[in-house]
Amino acid sequence: MLLYAIVSVPLCAGLVAAVVPWARWVGWLTTVGNGTVLCLGIVLAARTTNRPAIGALDGALRADALSSFMVVVIGTIALLAAWQGIRYLGVEIEREQSGRRHAALYTLLVQVFVTCMLTAVLASNLGAMWVAVEATTIATTFLVGHRRSDRALEASWKYIIICSVGIALAFLGTVLVYFAALHPLGHGTAFVGAQSHGAGTLNWTSLMAASRHLDPGVMRLAMALLVLGYGTKVGLAPMHSWLPDAHSQAPAPVSALMSGVLLTVAFYALLRFKAIADGALGAGYSRTLLVIVGLGSLLVAASLLITQRDYKRMLAYHSIEHMGLIALGAAAGSSLAIAAVLLHILGHGLAKAVLFLASGEILIVEGTTEIEKVPALLSRRPVLGGIFGFGLVALLGLPPFSLFVSELNMVRAEVAVGLAWAAGVSLVCMAVIFAVVMAHGRHLLLGGAPGPEASIVTPRLVSIPLVSGLVACAAFGVLAWPLQPLLNAAAHVVVP
Amino acid sequence: MSGPGYVDALDLAAGAVLVCGVITLWRRDLRATVSALSLQGIALGVVAAVLAAHEHDVGLGVIAGLVLVAKGIVIPALLRRLVGHGPGSREGAASINVSASLVVAAALIVVAFLASGKLTALLPDTATHLTPIGLATVLLGFFLLVTRRKAVSQIVGLLLIDNGVALVAFLLTAGVPLIVELGASLDILLVVVVLRVLASTMHRTLGPFDLDQLRELHD
Repeated sequence: MLLYAIVSVPLCAGLVAAVVPWARWVGWLTTVGNGTVLCLGIVLAARTTNRPAIGALDGALRADALSSFMVVVIGTIALLAAWQGIRYLGVEIEREQSGRRHAALYTLLVQVFVTCMLTAVLASNLGAMWVAVEATTIATTFLVGHRRSDRALEASWKYIIICSVGIALAFLGTVLVYFAALHPLGHGTAFVGAQSHGAGTLNWTSLMAASRHLDPGVMRLAMALLVLGYGTKVGLAPMHSWLPDAHSQAPAPVSALMSGVLLTVAFYALLRFKAIADGALGAGYSRTLLVIVGLGSLLVAASLLITQRDYKRMLAYHSIEHMGLIALGAAAGSSLAIAAVLLHILGHGLAKAVLFLASGEILIVEGTTEIEKVPALLSRRPVLGGIFGFGLVALLGLPPFSLFVSELNMVRAEVAVGLAWAAGVSLVCMAVIFAVVMAHGRHLLLGGAPGPEASIVTPRLVSIPLVSGLVACAAFGVLAWPLQPLLNAAAHVVVP
Repeated sequence: MSGPGYVDALDLAAGAVLVCGVITLWRRDLRATVSALSLQGIALGVVAAVLAAHEHDVGLGVIAGLVLVAKGIVIPALLRRLVGHGPGSREGAASINVSASLVVAAALIVVAFLASGKLTALLPDTATHLTPIGLATVLLGFFLLVTRRKAVSQIVGLLLIDNGVALVAFLLTAGVPLIVELGASLDILLVVVVLRVLASTMHRTLGPFDLDQLRELHD
């Protein structure tokens, strides 16, 4: 019942938004709907922490601690994005950049997008999870192209072509896992027995139970395809090139959702498959793959961030960096590492969502995304500049924000399993990125002589959600209490 | 269906999938490329139908019919309307000429046969021995995608990859669970519809275009 409600609430809100022309109350309705998802996610987390998983719809939906944690993350970011979306759409309509019907379509697609992500993390069948992840691509393509400018259309074309190729490879990997599960070693076909050719064989629980009997040769090929395929959606090198374009061209609330949660929902899929592959192959194989793509992403992000002149693209490359860090953390694979990875998923989601939403507001009031043309925000727009500044501090991994704690723990875990050299390389990349982002941030916040205009008040509709996002991010960095048991329980789902 | 009839039919249909894949690389005329894609979709449907008859699997038979209609008829029809007539319907000077790309295709097919050794070793039977064809089709699709510049060619490359994956799924596992197979087919149909809409929106706002002209976003 609970799972059913979680999936259907945003969908219903979206359908309501689709049938009536957009108005402020519709925006509030979707905000409340996504807030409900967050509350239900917290209830779900309380009910699955260190307890057996909950099933629904004849076992099609299943929630363990890892799924509930992801529901909480999705609910949080969706709430922030919907809240800011009221302002975004209000301004668009006021300036006649889009009509009310267009705004209604936008709201519907965003809610469908959120529903697809929730379905992906709650699906018990890994094939169904694939279908849901692919569906997010379809829903978001139109959202990336929402502005219908040449650049937005180009970005959405690149996005759907590259991500569809990636996700097709992930499907091939899923097929190979299914093939391996149909013909387990040393048991004959009787092992899967009655479930063979049924939907049961791609179920998470039966795959985990059978993981030690899967053929290593087939699983090697499958895991390589899965890392490459889902890695495309995560934005990991070498298939990352869609990410800066899509994230910089999408409307700010959509960028926040895509960068804050969509990337990590795809990573969640990789975490599940990694657990199965590790059962068949031992930890070494997927560790090697994840270290390669993780370090590759960090190097790409560090080298391309240096030349960025656009603050939204800067944030997008920052996402590639953080996905690389998460991949390295997952490569370490101990329960300490996975708990840190999950905390990083939440912390990065919050900080990145706040920054993208703030950058959307900067775009609304300044009319440009070029860093050069937006100097001295802190003196001209103190609240907005302050939010952006603290967001950058959070994203760069400084205390008290939770990214500091999670990055520290990931490095500790990497050193503990003998990946000290990879941790070292990642620290060097992070230092380069730190310097570059600080230089850009200094210009954005303090640089140049402030213009003659007086400081302008930022609307509460913008400041309240963004400040609360930052406060939450800081709170999770200082207080272990509400989250730590959930993180540990979630890590134990994928670490034996 | 059983005995030599089954083996011959399966070999023939799977071979047709591969030949159609090579034809898409060979021809520069976009209409011919789309026709090859359509034939490939039909051949894929036939592979699924032969397997369904062999295993007496009604669900797979239904899937075979759906694949045949979606990939053999509906999707190519959508693409044909996008190609239209006139000068825009040929692929321009590509980065690689035809003979070179056919040599690359041959190399990719060899790679696919080498890579699928582990798969055929786990379950050596008629269907599994044909999986290299599926992997080869995936690789050909990749190659088409990175060397062609027209929007339609890129969609064809994507569909080639998808057909290759579907062929592997049919041959190895007689189709992944029915519901997943249905979801996957629906997804790819939606992707093509979205691409079709995007391509015509771009055509309206930018005029007739090559993807080479899309250079607004770069680093």
